[in-house]
Amino acid sequence: MYSEKVMDHFMNPRNQGEISDADGVGEVGNPSCGDIMRIFIKVKDNIITDVKFQTFGCGAAIASSSMATELIKGKTLEEAWEMSNKAVVEALEGLPPVKVHCSVLAEDGIHQAINDYRIKQGLSPWEEKGGHTHSHDDETCE
Amino acid sequence: MANEKLVYMDHSATTATDPEVIQAMLPWFSEHYGNPSSLYRLARESRTAIEDARKKVAVAIGATPEEIFFTSGGTESDNWALIGTAFSHKKKGTHIITTAIEHHAILHTCEYLKKQGFSVTYLPPDESGKIQIEDIRAAITEKTILISVMFANNEIGTIQPIHEIGHICRERGIIFHTDAVQAIGNVPINVTNMDIDLLSLSGHKFYGPKGTGALYIRKGVRIDSYLHGGAQEKRKRAGTENVPGIVGLGVAIEKAVHDQEVKTKRIRDLRDRLLERIFTEIPNCRLNGHKTDRLPGNINICFEFIEGESLILLLDHAGIAASTGSACSSGSLEPSHVLMAIGVPIEIAHGSLRLTLGHENTEEHVEYVCKELKKAVEKLRAMSPLYADYMKKRQ
Repeated sequence: MYSEKVMDHFMNPRNQGEISDADGVGEVGNPSCGDIMRIFIKVKDNIITDVKFQTFGCGAAIASSSMATELIKGKTLEEAWEMSNKAVVEALEGLPPVKVHCSVLAEDGIHQAINDYRIKQGLSPWEEKGGHTHSHDDETCE
Repeated sequence: MANEKLVYMDHSATTATDPEVIQAMLPWFSEHYGNPSSLYRLARESRTAIEDARKKVAVAIGATPEEIFFTSGGTESDNWALIGTAFSHKKKGTHIITTAIEHHAILHTCEYLKKQGFSVTYLPPDESGKIQIEDIRAAITEKTILISVMFANNEIGTIQPIHEIGHICRERGIIFHTDAVQAIGNVPINVTNMDIDLLSLSGHKFYGPKGTGALYIRKGVRIDSYLHGGAQEKRKRAGTENVPGIVGLGVAIEKAVHDQEVKTKRIRDLRDRLLERIFTEIPNCRLNGHKTDRLPGNINICFEFIEGESLILLLDHAGIAASTGSACSSGSLEPSHVLMAIGVPIEIAHGSLRLTLGHENTEEHVEYVCKELKKAVEKLRAMSPLYADYMKKRQ
């Protein structure tokens, strides 16, 4: 059901862990929906120098976290903000349709982490372009 | 697959067909291939083989051969039992009672019947998965025509008080159906003593072939025909019989109930050993289902802070076949309706694991599964934000 790439990132997740002195932290998802992603970033000179994740979720959620964090590491905040869930899906060589929301979760988690950083820096948060958020704050899980 | 080893612990999903069953089936493909409805000798052999299998099924559940009707499996038997009795008793009443933890073959059929004008009461179980007898009594109305309660649950293994339910139904003149797909070969069943009117069974759950099953219909119970066409199965279920499958089903059920107590005791002991090991070695887990009244091979556990699908993938990587009630495994976003019905908190229900043991499992398997399960749970907890929060709170 999953591509080899997904299985590789699931079995050997990159950037798994916590940054205790993170400059920005994002958390998305909801335990009742079966997925939570927490993204930690370290930022220096507008560049994401380190990123880690903690994820509670299915294989696709863990692989998406791993791949998304790989994609934004070393990037500028603007570049990281522009990384879409589609880029994560492509890099993972595809996700089953019911699992695409896991990649959206990764994108949202990164956006939250970046905005958390911006707010801590006294800057105004960037606005979501597409309008989609995976906030899970409704009763339903999608 | 990194590991060629396979430890199969998903016997509630299906079982490997017993080699003896396969041997018994083989002649009925190209050697004795006659259509049982034809008149010549070749055909009569097929007819005899079917009737021989029918006797075996009848003996296994305490019925008479005339009361056994072959089907394509559990789903068909369930559909037939419900739809066939509902429509044939429509004039008497339109109310059906079932439970919230039935297999989808029952629940979705009930949804269909609701669209056809029937009303359905879904009884909630207690937290062990048991249906309360008082709840059944209270749900019965003048319009109740059918009560369907599964013998044993496929997810959590809880065994229902079938005899008592049967007794109430008989007393009140209500037809009683039980889906015994998971129970055959695991629990002693006698349809006569237990006042069962209709019983569904499926061959591949007890080392028989897939695509085979039967519906027991007690003599005198009125039920509409299900498949219309030829005169097979007393015109109740038309279609040329699956002769090799039926032969296989007969041999499988005969073997399943032979020495049943000894065989299930071995599996129960292995299961208990595995359970004990898991609870000793892995913290923060809970057993779902009834402590004692459960299928001998069934384990259903929730591991806190992790999600079931990822656990299944890690176990699969280690060569272990198991299943989960997590939403992420099913393509829906809701976790198992059974775990929800017994009141498991939704976030914990996502981390459920079902291990169902069978005849070929050994002590070695138990040790291996425990070791790999511990590793997998630890690996997933190490990346879980819920576990990180829990550990911080504990400090």
